[in-house]
Amino acid sequence: MNTTEIRENKRAESENAGPEWLRTSHLFVPQADIYESKESITILADIPGADQNSVDITLEKNILTITASVPPADHKGKALSYSEYSTGDFRRMFTLSNEIDRNGIEAVVKNGVLKLTLPKSKDSLPKKIAVKNGD
Amino acid sequence: MLLERVDDRGLWQSLRQMESLQQKLNQILYAGQTNNGRDYQFPPINVWVSEHHAVIEAEIPGIEPNDIDISVIGDTLVLKGSRKKIELKEGEAYHRQERGYGDFARTIELPFKIEAEKVDAEFRRGILVIKLPRAEADKPKKITVKSLV
Repeated sequence: MNTTEIRENKRAESENAGPEWLRTSHLFVPQADIYESKESITILADIPGADQNSVDITLEKNILTITASVPPADHKGKALSYSEYSTGDFRRMFTLSNEIDRNGIEAVVKNGVLKLTLPKSKDSLPKKIAVKNGD
Repeated sequence: MLLERVDDRGLWQSLRQMESLQQKLNQILYAGQTNNGRDYQFPPINVWVSEHHAVIEAEIPGIEPNDIDISVIGDTLVLKGSRKKIELKEGEAYHRQERGYGDFARTIELPFKIEAEKVDAEFRRGILVIKLPRAEADKPKKITVKSLV
């Protein structure tokens, strides 16, 4: 068996610099992978319990905010006898350095993972500058 | 005294000190990676119990239901699976990689014997819910006291 490199899915919100949360539920910072290609930036975030409809993504200037709310599960008639995680909502903010083509942003939630594709705008793609002969 | 005398007891004490130092070091190194300061196995689970059922919930985002393997022996449940690594295409590079990947396996001891035939598992939104009915033979029985008068 391979060595597992999986750690926890989420961490408490204390490290987040965003505005404070005025809800009674917990707020977590989802674990995320970010990778970049020439054309786009892709963000993957673990948001177990959230689906397509409960995710909210905003891009204001260059601040990207991902919020995912998780509806509380029904545990009527049952008692929690052992617990390793608590449930709550997710939020994470990123500052983007490249100009993003806002109209081309795509978000998909599958199996508790958000995949966000942020295409770079045409103007911000690196341009090749031709060197003219100055003779 | 700079050096501790190493007799039998001293040696054990040093080992224990070393162990606690190691723990402290780990706490510093892995701070922020652990959940409430406790280091859990993956996936994290919650266990709910009612009179007739035990319900195990596990947060396993980013896995396909087919990649989860559940087996039950007596009052022990084994949960296995694998989260696949994302293969980057040429020209793509990571800025950040926090999500783990790889194989995982957990053995969970249940508070009572269960009906292995009637175990039901559901995977939705990255959360696995396993419903385990309590074995009939294991359910608490009410004993009526007969009056012999």
